[in-house]
Amino acid sequence: MSRSQINTAGFAALAVVLLALPFVLSSYHTFQATMVIVYAVALLGLNLLIGYNGQISLGHGAFFAIGAYTTAILVTKVGMPYWMTIPIAGALCLVVGFLFGLPALRLEGLYLALPTFALAVATPQLLNYNRVAPLTGGVQGIMFDKPDSPVLPLDQDQWLYFFCLAIAIPLYIVGWNLLRARTGRAIVAIRDHAMAAGAMGIDNAFYKTATFGVSAMYAGIAGSLSAIITQFVAPDSFPIFLSLSFLVGIVVGGVASIPGAAVGAVFIEFVPNVASEISDAAPWAVYGIVLIAAMYLMPEGVAGLCRTLGNRLETRRPAARPAPAPRRAPG
Amino acid sequence: MENFLNQLLSGLATGGLYASIALALVMIYQATHHVNFAQGELAMFSAFLAWTLMQGGFSYWAAFLLTLVLSFIAGAAIERIIIRPIEDKPVLTVVVVFVGLLFVLNSVAGWIYGYDIKSFPSPFPANAWYASRFMSAHQVGMITVTLALLILVFAFFRFTALGLAMRAVAQNPVSSQLVGIRTGWILALGWGLASVIGAVAGMMAAPIVYLDPNMMGGILLYAFAAALLGGLTSPLGAVIGGFVVGVLENLAGAYVVGTEIKLSVALVIIVGVLLLRPSGLFGRTVVTRV
Repeated sequence: MSRSQINTAGFAALAVVLLALPFVLSSYHTFQATMVIVYAVALLGLNLLIGYNGQISLGHGAFFAIGAYTTAILVTKVGMPYWMTIPIAGALCLVVGFLFGLPALRLEGLYLALPTFALAVATPQLLNYNRVAPLTGGVQGIMFDKPDSPVLPLDQDQWLYFFCLAIAIPLYIVGWNLLRARTGRAIVAIRDHAMAAGAMGIDNAFYKTATFGVSAMYAGIAGSLSAIITQFVAPDSFPIFLSLSFLVGIVVGGVASIPGAAVGAVFIEFVPNVASEISDAAPWAVYGIVLIAAMYLMPEGVAGLCRTLGNRLETRRPAARPAPAPRRAPG
Repeated sequence: MENFLNQLLSGLATGGLYASIALALVMIYQATHHVNFAQGELAMFSAFLAWTLMQGGFSYWAAFLLTLVLSFIAGAAIERIIIRPIEDKPVLTVVVVFVGLLFVLNSVAGWIYGYDIKSFPSPFPANAWYASRFMSAHQVGMITVTLALLILVFAFFRFTALGLAMRAVAQNPVSSQLVGIRTGWILALGWGLASVIGAVAGMMAAPIVYLDPNMMGGILLYAFAAALLGGLTSPLGAVIGGFVVGVLENLAGAYVVGTEIKLSVALVIIVGVLLLRPSGLFGRTVVTRV
């Protein structure tokens, strides 16, 4: 089998599994699977920014929160149907991300990490602020009803699963197309050498802010979906640790890898659950150790590991194509 | 007026805390151009260490000194074991490892000591002669300790051979190595000293914010703001920045935005400084060759 045949077979198998999952899992596990899809969308957005564009954000939890609150407020205060709030949440985050990116484009590497970190730390307090409390519900947050399934044989959890999947897949295709086209090459060129990219006519300022905006939009859509499937938002749902677990997801899955974002999502949904059975502190201990260990042992995450293994297998076979040139680490 | 004076002075006192952590950040930044996201957690861990020693029967000052020694060793060890292998890696790698360190220290402290808050004694008796209507003895003590730290750091860099070596390594590691300075150990020394400064800050902060694994979260953020405001390359700037941020935070909390969203003050300062004067008030502008 050639590599493309293997890929097709893999995609088919993946599609079957994704479609069958909610029919074999319990409703709680279906809910968890839906959360994985949501995280996968957020991580794809963050990976666009960190992995492909080389800008470090430690504050995407803030955009996730903006998306979630937009949906909750529109559903409860305006009475909008939940599905209609998603594009609004996405558009709002695109604009806010673009605006936050405007000053940020003057900042490189470390200097962008600091203000985004500050943004994430300040988010719960801002949501709690008494001037916005009538809108955000203050400490109590906002609760709303679980949407019913419009398709008869599906129950509510199964419906939400397919609903999120139907939104996530186009977003993945858009991300993938964005990256393999002219735009994507510009984004990666800025990461690899900003000055050379500028000399070749790439508008660094525009691409960096736009990437920040798009990546915030992905986080916002994910936040909006998370509000819909949990039907609850509160300031405490968006601590700094949420932003940092996004970083964990990217590092584990693989920096600058689209499938890696999905792998990372599985990791950040399930590992804390498993680890918290040992101790309250254990999930964070695991995160910390994994972060440090990943940087030493597999700097390109699970995706990088699979790529290396795949290349090795292929070069052993006689009719193999030459291995692709080694990828340069972002930075 | 009296309320204003109160806010101003207690701002100076908390500013002392921010200044100490900022000073620790600058110690590491100067030598390696890394911003240590785990600096706050290191300070927290040192405070817990001191608490354990005191529970074990040591007097305050004995526990204090022993904690400083242990923090120095721990800081130097972290540099040698964890940071050394990734020193020249891309920024992302460094940031990720620091965040990992933050997670590990925070959760290990939570694992050992639990998340309920504990009280921590102050070495300054509440009825001391320097306590007044405007400032408690501990606040006066904190400011004094911060200034003493600054003088010690200044004297260390200015008057000792080791300090000179450290400045040399920060400016030009390759040439320093050629004249016989062991750059590796100098970097470990820098980390050790930063941990000691952080430990002092942790033990000064604990009587006010109480002892728990998340005690340094807010303080670290203000310390970032302070270090950026003063300039990441200037110890004096970090201390002045700390006091300015402390005062700004308190006045803004009291008169402008309310205490509920004081953390946003740090966000505004950070973004403002990076936009208007990225090298800070006292920092050197770094010009790089491409």
